[in-house]
Amino acid sequence: MVGPVKAEARNFNFYYGQTQALKNINLPVAEHKVTALIGPSGCGKSTLLRSFNRMHDLYPGNRYEGEIMLYPDNVNMIAPKVDPIEVRMRVAMVFQKPNPFPKSVYENVAYGLRVRGEKRKSVLDDRVEQALRNAALWDEVKDRLNDLAFNLSGGQQQRLCIARALAADPEILLFDEPTSALDPIATASIEELVAELRQKVTILIVTHNMQQAARVSDYTAFMYLGELVEFGPTDELFVKPKKKQTEDYITGRFG
Amino acid sequence: MDVRSNRLAEKRLRKIKERLIEFVLFLAALSAVATTTAIVVILLYEAAGFFEHVSLVEFLTNTQWTPMFENPQYGILPLLAGTLVTTGVALAVAVPVGLITAIYLSEFAPHKVRETVKPFLELLEGVPTVVYGYFALLFVTPILQIFMPDLPGFNMLGPGIVIGIMIIPYVSSVSEDAMRAVPMSLREGSYAMGATRFQTAVNVVLPAAFSGVMAAFILGISRAVGETMVVAVAAGQQPNFTWDPREPAATITAYIVQVAMGDLPHGSIAYQSIFAAGLVLVLMTLVFNVIGHLLRRRFREAY
Amino acid sequence: MKAQELEALRALIAQHKRYDVLFGVVGLVATMVGVVTLLALFIDLIIDGWGRLTWEFFTSFPSRRPEEAGILSSWVGTVLVMLVTMLAAVPMGVAAGVYLEEYAPRNWVTTLIEINVTNLAGVPSIVYGLLALGLFVYILDFGESILTAGLTLALLILPVIIVATREALRAIPTAIREGVYALGATRWQLVSEHLIPYASGGILTGVIIGLARAIGETAPVITIGALTFIAFLPPAPFTIDPATGQPAGLFDWLFSPFTVLPIQMFNWVSRPQPGFILNAAAVGIVIIVATLAMNALAIWLRYRIRNKIKW
Repeated sequence: MVGPVKAEARNFNFYYGQTQALKNINLPVAEHKVTALIGPSGCGKSTLLRSFNRMHDLYPGNRYEGEIMLYPDNVNMIAPKVDPIEVRMRVAMVFQKPNPFPKSVYENVAYGLRVRGEKRKSVLDDRVEQALRNAALWDEVKDRLNDLAFNLSGGQQQRLCIARALAADPEILLFDEPTSALDPIATASIEELVAELRQKVTILIVTHNMQQAARVSDYTAFMYLGELVEFGPTDELFVKPKKKQTEDYITGRFG
Repeated sequence: MDVRSNRLAEKRLRKIKERLIEFVLFLAALSAVATTTAIVVILLYEAAGFFEHVSLVEFLTNTQWTPMFENPQYGILPLLAGTLVTTGVALAVAVPVGLITAIYLSEFAPHKVRETVKPFLELLEGVPTVVYGYFALLFVTPILQIFMPDLPGFNMLGPGIVIGIMIIPYVSSVSEDAMRAVPMSLREGSYAMGATRFQTAVNVVLPAAFSGVMAAFILGISRAVGETMVVAVAAGQQPNFTWDPREPAATITAYIVQVAMGDLPHGSIAYQSIFAAGLVLVLMTLVFNVIGHLLRRRFREAY
Repeated sequence: MKAQELEALRALIAQHKRYDVLFGVVGLVATMVGVVTLLALFIDLIIDGWGRLTWEFFTSFPSRRPEEAGILSSWVGTVLVMLVTMLAAVPMGVAAGVYLEEYAPRNWVTTLIEINVTNLAGVPSIVYGLLALGLFVYILDFGESILTAGLTLALLILPVIIVATREALRAIPTAIREGVYALGATRWQLVSEHLIPYASGGILTGVIIGLARAIGETAPVITIGALTFIAFLPPAPFTIDPATGQPAGLFDWLFSPFTVLPIQMFNWVSRPQPGFILNAAAVGIVIIVATLAMNALAIWLRYRIRNKIKW
């Protein structure tokens, strides 16, 4: 039902200690498309997103079960023998609140490259400019690359975080409610950017704003109480949902 | 008297009592200001007597400090040098070890290790300084003499190292607090880029906690400068204008102890000289403390 | 991602992770510097001083002959000085803490007081000695006495007690205060019947830490002119002084010359004869056991309070 698949959760379960947070999730992520995860807060959409780059490994007591496959390598990214660092280098993430490092604009974007051991100034310069252009931020910051990133506006900071993620050339880009801390104008520019970026990278985005999911995504998954209720092309899911719960949610009967 | 006015009187009485208690508590709190004022007034008053006999220029430029000699000389430089050298040695120990400890405890150590080690570090802070003096003189210096046979029994190196170890818990706990106050979202941002623990600690957490860590260093300096008994016991109490930590020397604090040990007449220049020395000490630590607290506050404001 | 790129990436990650492992080791070693020093110090003292810790050591006065010398006058001095310190510092410190936390209006006087408390905590202890020398010894004419030493150390630990009191009070939730006010209590009733009892664990912790610090303080007590060789005890109230035949007054001991344990240690460690070094180590054990026991008690108390009270 979807085109080429870049990643896929298969029979995926997740536990915080004893509590099961995700139950038997099956979700394909289409290559060079935007897949949105929606659902009421606490439904597990962020938990699922953070499983795709093994963020849960940072805290003790968390446990994965099942598979999250990455293609075309055909490897299970959550297998214990797979290094979470390797996963994170290939699957980048943009967070809910902009979290620029206490460094200059330039160093923020170059961070992922430096982490990969890139030291050549010319390569760094090129990649930083490219990433900032792709994040539609270059024109605004090209004269203040050495300014502290904290001095940018909230929307600029979030685009900087996107540039930071893009610079390292990831295969998948995860967005965890990237506009929830931003004003409507900044939100619009981020949404526009997300829609454009699908040319370059596969995108998985969590949002609790249904209009946003409808605007930017190609596919949408509706989650509720740790389960994936319904998945389908965004147009279909919003126009004629198959499940009652999905319909209740998108028509605003709960949420 | 009827019931109503009785109750009114009671109410008034209660109000007066409450006011009185508040005033007494206020006086207790004001004692902090009174103490500071008393320190400043007494130091300035006695030091003023000292500077009637010794010019400020001599005090600041003469390289001899020999108040007990026939022809006494009052140049603070030898004591200042002693203080700076021992402090320098202490920092050379405390800054790297304290910083590494802080990074380790904040970013690397498993919960269990941290919970076990921290009480020990707190205990280390509780050891009386005179015991550290014993340790410097009779344990550390003899060990150093194995590697440096020419090292005299009294020297600044041994006590400097011991002061350094002494302030490690202080430096590490203040820096660790600063690092733990760095929001988790910054660390996650770094880990999400594929950074390792070490890369995250050094490239993201440390710069984010920078002013807090600097505050730890500076407050550590202030402690080392004011430390008395370790140097009084183990560095020899002879003023000696040198920058070589292997030599014996007196610090400002050791000099005050040495003079106070002797029987000196109230009002003599030697008596007043310890207040002049104390004034220099207070000014030095005050500067460090103010900078330290400003940095700390700036750090708190950032997050 | 191509296979050989992946290969290179994995090699790079492996290399980076070696730094993680390396730092894990370096960090543990650095952390152990403190712990190992504490052990070395303790073992060193025990090796040197254990043999001297006899009953006679505690019941004898100092002497010219190291093997006959003891710490009777210094431990008695320490106990009496601590008594004065506690009686002066605890009421003052708690009162100041209560004022700052519960009463103080937000104005420049309060700010000034707070700056002073913070700053006093950073003043080198020897400076308190200079203050006491000028103020208590000469201006107030208390002499080089137990009273002077006790008050000096009280000023020294005042910030510790103030800060501990404030933190303990701050931990009490506003809901409790509102609940008590809702019953028509006055502010003082709230403070004296509720807040201070509830905060007493935290305050006690601060008092113990402060006293542990005061016991080991040497420099300020030397500065006020405590003697190093004392072969008598302060006069107990109403005992007859053999020299004058007069009974001692109730408070005469406050004005008696004295010595304390750390000064006794300092004195002995400064002697060239090896016998006195052993004595110094023995006093060192006594002081360190006293301070560490008090600190350990405070740390234990704090962890207990933290785990027990969940508002």
